[in-house]
Amino acid sequence: MNAINRNEQQAISRAVLEIDVNNHPGVMSHVVGLFSRRACNVEGILCLPLEDGKQSRIWLLLNEDARLPQMVKQVEKLEDVIRVRRHPGDHAVFCQLEGFFRP
Amino acid sequence: MTETLNGAQITIHLLERQGIRTVAGIPGGAILPIYDALGQSTIIHHVLARHEQGAGFMAQGMARVTGQAAVCLASSGPGATNLLTAIADAKLDSIPLIAITGQVPRAMIGTDAFQEVDTYGLSIPITKHNFLVSSAEELLAVIPRAFQIATSGRPGPVLIDIPKDVQTQAIEITEWPEPGTALPAIPADSRLIAEAISMINAAERPILYLGGGVVHSGAASAAVDLAEKANLPTVMTLMALGAMPVDHRLSLGMLGMHGARHTNLALDECDLLIAVGARFDDRATGKVAAFCRNAKIIHIDIDPAELDKIKAAHIGITADVKEALNQLLPGVERNSRKIWVDRIDQLQAQFPFRIPEDDNPLSHFGLIRTVAACLDDDAIIATDVGQHQMWVAQYYPLRRPRQWLTSGGLGTMGFGVPAAIGAALAARDKTVVCFTGDGSIMMNIQELVTAAEENVNLKIVLMNNATLGLVHQQQTLFYGERLFASQFKSMPDFVKIAQGFGIAAVDLDLATNPCAALMEAIARPGPCLIHASIDAEQKVFPMVPPGAANHEMIGH
Repeated sequence: MNAINRNEQQAISRAVLEIDVNNHPGVMSHVVGLFSRRACNVEGILCLPLEDGKQSRIWLLLNEDARLPQMVKQVEKLEDVIRVRRHPGDHAVFCQLEGFFRP
Repeated sequence: MTETLNGAQITIHLLERQGIRTVAGIPGGAILPIYDALGQSTIIHHVLARHEQGAGFMAQGMARVTGQAAVCLASSGPGATNLLTAIADAKLDSIPLIAITGQVPRAMIGTDAFQEVDTYGLSIPITKHNFLVSSAEELLAVIPRAFQIATSGRPGPVLIDIPKDVQTQAIEITEWPEPGTALPAIPADSRLIAEAISMINAAERPILYLGGGVVHSGAASAAVDLAEKANLPTVMTLMALGAMPVDHRLSLGMLGMHGARHTNLALDECDLLIAVGARFDDRATGKVAAFCRNAKIIHIDIDPAELDKIKAAHIGITADVKEALNQLLPGVERNSRKIWVDRIDQLQAQFPFRIPEDDNPLSHFGLIRTVAACLDDDAIIATDVGQHQMWVAQYYPLRRPRQWLTSGGLGTMGFGVPAAIGAALAARDKTVVCFTGDGSIMMNIQELVTAAEENVNLKIVLMNNATLGLVHQQQTLFYGERLFASQFKSMPDFVKIAQGFGIAAVDLDLATNPCAALMEAIARPGPCLIHASIDAEQKVFPMVPPGAANHEMIGH
């Protein structure tokens, strides 16, 4: 059998978004709300401020979805979103975190 | 020169600097400092609504008539939650609305304080953007920015939540910011414009499909020019009615669920659909897979997220539609398109829009026709939501953009009366007519007293069939005639109610000459309610059944 490992599976069925935003209390609600209102579960969230603290970078792990391009367009329209980049689901940012999520 | 002002005074002064001259709202504890400052303004006229939703729709009426952002005010808690429907309505119809709400003092946020609600959180999904202001200083940036966001690109509502202690915080002002204005749109990609031109020139059976964006962009005359040059039969969405006069030789009127049969059949035969400022709403397209089955699609919209959302476009152009139409015009060839125009004429002759008895002013179409006969194109026509709205959309001779105010996307019953009051406040020289139903008018009937107080030139035409007409119609047609909760058992005396609120009223049912009574009521200045009973068995036809394709219409 040509079994694919977990990372390869993740690369196919998942997507990672890297979103640069203005750093203020409401921005996470704005971004995440766009996915929840479409009944799209955000599988992983990582967010830290960038250098000067005026901006943050949000990393989202999402299940692949035919509506994803539309959702990305909606995220891009948010006033506090500066830039959105899309990466394959096996992007290193989430892979390195497994140690923190053992039962 | 420096001056010391508090947040409330700063807010009001910034609104004055934005050119705001009328606001609608209701005061309450958490917004009292702003009302105190507003009371000192000699420039801004405050209209006291009787429910915050009414204030929201009055501001919408002003914005829809002028194309400029308009402002409504409410206090915290229930004041803010009462505004939400009007804000959501503005979002779906892309109306530039600025909602300013008071909030409990910052130190009390999150404590379940009296009249505290998470206005910021509640308004996220129904605004274009929203702010929770954390200092008086911040107001100097937030208020101009709110106006800029509301009017730039695709317009929309912006909410500004201002805690009470921010309103009372005094700071020194040395310099005022420039008023916020719309940012210019990104120019259209000239390569895509060129491709669109050749696609239009090569098309044999093109149709121009105009949406509300044409009205927002001020592109109506550009759209008519393009249609005339290339002989493009033109359909309009509910939001675009008036963009092309409905009696124009190329106009096919409204498309979709209650469009004329020949209009939807023409769309079914087209080989190119040129969608301009339209968003392929389900009430316009019917079953999407069957909409314009054989057509290529050019889609022009200022909002890139609309392109490919419902239907993939062969050419998708992100642009201000007025600019894009002006760029298309020189390249698009003059073309008589005789075969296609003849085919359209044939469809129109074969499947005409049938008007049953329109001579009697106590029939729905007769009433609309008689009202139209009393007015010229200057009049503003507002509606509520329901059967009356669709009949007016089908039949009123709308002939100019911003003549027509209706709740399209959200379909909010209760929209009509307050939106029409707002329209009358913004256009004091015009006659405003609000067509409404006995279901809709009850949802914001308290604003009749506001109409009396402001003495607006508003004529409310109430078509009373004692039912929730569209519900009644769907239950009759699709639920085995099991009528439930759609017929009112008690009916208020609307004439007495109007008189009790302090406005004139006339009952056409009791008039010896209903036609003359109607004309007299419309000619008399000031607010007036005109009541007419109509037949509850009348349906809005033709109709595309829910889930069906547009070519599978029922009814005449």
